[in-house]
Amino acid sequence: MTGRREAMNRIWVEIDNLHKCFGKNEVLKGINMSIRRQDVVCLLGPSGAGKSTLLRCINRLEEPTSGRVFIDGEEITAHGVDLNYMRSEIGMVFQNFNLFPHLNALENCTLALIKVRKMRKKEAEQRARDMLRQVGLENKADSKPKELSGGQQQRVAIARALSMNPKLMLFDEPTSALDPELIGEVLDTMIDLAEKGMTMIVVTHEMGFARKAATRVSVLDHGLILEDNTPDKVFDAPEHPRTKEFLSKIL
Amino acid sequence: MNFRDLFYYFFNFKFFIITLPNLLGGLLVTVEIAALSLSLGFVLGLVLAVIRVTLRHSGSSRFLRILDLPLVLYVDVLRAVPPLVTLVVIYYALPFINITIPRFWAAVLTFVVILSAFAEEIFRATIEAIDRGQVEAARSLGLSYLQSMACVVIPQAFKIALPPLTSRMIAVTKDVSLASVIGVADLLKKARAAQSLYANPTPLFSAALLFTLLFLPLVRLSMYIEKKLAE
Amino acid sequence: MESLIYNFFNVEVMIRARYLLWLGLQVTLKLAFVSLLFAVLAGLFLAVIRSLGIRFLNVLIIIYVDLFRALPTIVLFMLVYFTWPYFGISLPRYWSAVVALTINGGAYFEEIFRAGIESIDEGQTEAARALGLSFTQNMFSVILPQAIRVVLPPATSNALELIKTTVLASVIALPELMKQAQQAHGSLANPTPLIMAALIFLVLLWPLVRLTGYLERRFAK
Repeated sequence: MTGRREAMNRIWVEIDNLHKCFGKNEVLKGINMSIRRQDVVCLLGPSGAGKSTLLRCINRLEEPTSGRVFIDGEEITAHGVDLNYMRSEIGMVFQNFNLFPHLNALENCTLALIKVRKMRKKEAEQRARDMLRQVGLENKADSKPKELSGGQQQRVAIARALSMNPKLMLFDEPTSALDPELIGEVLDTMIDLAEKGMTMIVVTHEMGFARKAATRVSVLDHGLILEDNTPDKVFDAPEHPRTKEFLSKIL
Repeated sequence: MNFRDLFYYFFNFKFFIITLPNLLGGLLVTVEIAALSLSLGFVLGLVLAVIRVTLRHSGSSRFLRILDLPLVLYVDVLRAVPPLVTLVVIYYALPFINITIPRFWAAVLTFVVILSAFAEEIFRATIEAIDRGQVEAARSLGLSYLQSMACVVIPQAFKIALPPLTSRMIAVTKDVSLASVIGVADLLKKARAAQSLYANPTPLFSAALLFTLLFLPLVRLSMYIEKKLAE
Repeated sequence: MESLIYNFFNVEVMIRARYLLWLGLQVTLKLAFVSLLFAVLAGLFLAVIRSLGIRFLNVLIIIYVDLFRALPTIVLFMLVYFTWPYFGISLPRYWSAVVALTINGGAYFEEIFRAGIESIDEGQTEAARALGLSFTQNMFSVILPQAIRVVLPPATSNALELIKTTVLASVIALPELMKQAQQAHGSLANPTPLIMAALIFLVLLWPLVRLTGYLERRFAK
């Protein structure tokens, strides 16, 4: 127990005064966040608030205009940093899955292991199968993405990211592109992941998930964080008036 | 004019047999030029396409995007100018500025650059058509830009590129006979020479037959590939 | 560099060669226009016949199309040009070229139009016939107008190819643009006319190249 609390106290992700402009439009106006290890952080907020942009700045799929991001003490936004290496330590799951259609599920998972981690094929396949098993799809290892349902594809995408044994998992609206009856299986997988102690940052509209699995909820609006607290506090006793407005519209 | 005379002139079996070895030698040259041109042109086209995609999408650097301009020129010029004109310029005009290339290689060079221009456009269009999300997923896994290109984007683009590419490659192969105009001893040149020698057009028809035998299966093959990949 | 300008962009030579090249250009344009017209009509005609579904005719058309898409155009030019004399007909070079280009172009256009016609849903024909329209009325008022959208990109691309192919007439000594350029190159001992011809083709055809690309993107499936 003590060990877990100690591990929980470590700052895993530090975001320092992050700004992002698209041309003249400033989308992130100075974000500051400290995320501890094994935190499950849900980013909520209205459309256009900058949630996805913030997420994508963490692994620099979007380049921050200014500010710094630290992962486990290392600054990913520093000059001359080995970006490919740092990205390999961060897992990302996309709204549109982005599975590689010309590879089957197993190959989707082993590609980066072989090319980036330089693993041998057998080792990589073993690891990939373990991850597919964890998401409940080991019997679909030889299936191509087009043979799988949306929910299955997203779970393979999660397995693909997990195969790299990342320090952190980023989820960008993972269930927004799914038919309603398929959302559950993906959320269950994510809850399972959270219980196993993965540090997760999730952009989502699934409030049920946020209430159940999140250790923290951050509400963004117009590029700034309005509230940043435990789910209970944010949902039942929001402080900021705009948060109240936003929550009243969706709950 | 009756049928026997017709046959004597156009499909004379005796001449056909006599000229066959000579013609086959010419066919070999045609195939050599074609093989070289197709393989080198294909590779060059792919390389140029990757270079152009990288230049065009290097969002921040205006300088890099300007470097694309000479490549645009290369590709547009070689696709607009008729192959025979390009061939004649390379073989007859270049010597005047001290670049003399033997005919065989002048022909190969011509078809390599022409195919590379068409191939570049086809590859570039298909690469750019691949969803950005694919590159993002690959990069987020830690794959480098080149790895993402080689393992994720190009394999997918290739499948879409194959039908138009094969038909263009066949077109270029047919153009190889243009080399006879600058005196390369290919099938057509040998046929014309034999025709003058024997004052009989049978060699020309024999050559036409050989060409048809060579290309018909290729045309059918490309139609088959197109159908298969449309699924 | 100076050598480049003297040999490729020699102003004096340009001035002296301009009339010859102008004559050649006229021949090229006439040849292109006439052959394109005939080839399109031939292709359209064959494609429409093919849609009738008469097996015997279709076999003939398929043989024609396969044969002339496989045969290199330059060989076809020579076959057309060298065989007529044996029949005692003396066909002028210009018309030999037109015949060759029409036969070759017609084969390609037939395939393009056929694909266009076949891409139109059968239901269209069913509806038209159910309304009492005849085969021709259906073809010309219902099918072909719709097929035009499908057909436009490959047809422009093919038209471009045909215009480029007019250059092959130079091998049967038709005084089109390239032949005249070669003539001027020979008599003036300077390759500038060749470069001029290349540039003229570029100016003529580059817009078509761009147009084809635009149409292909616009009507992409």
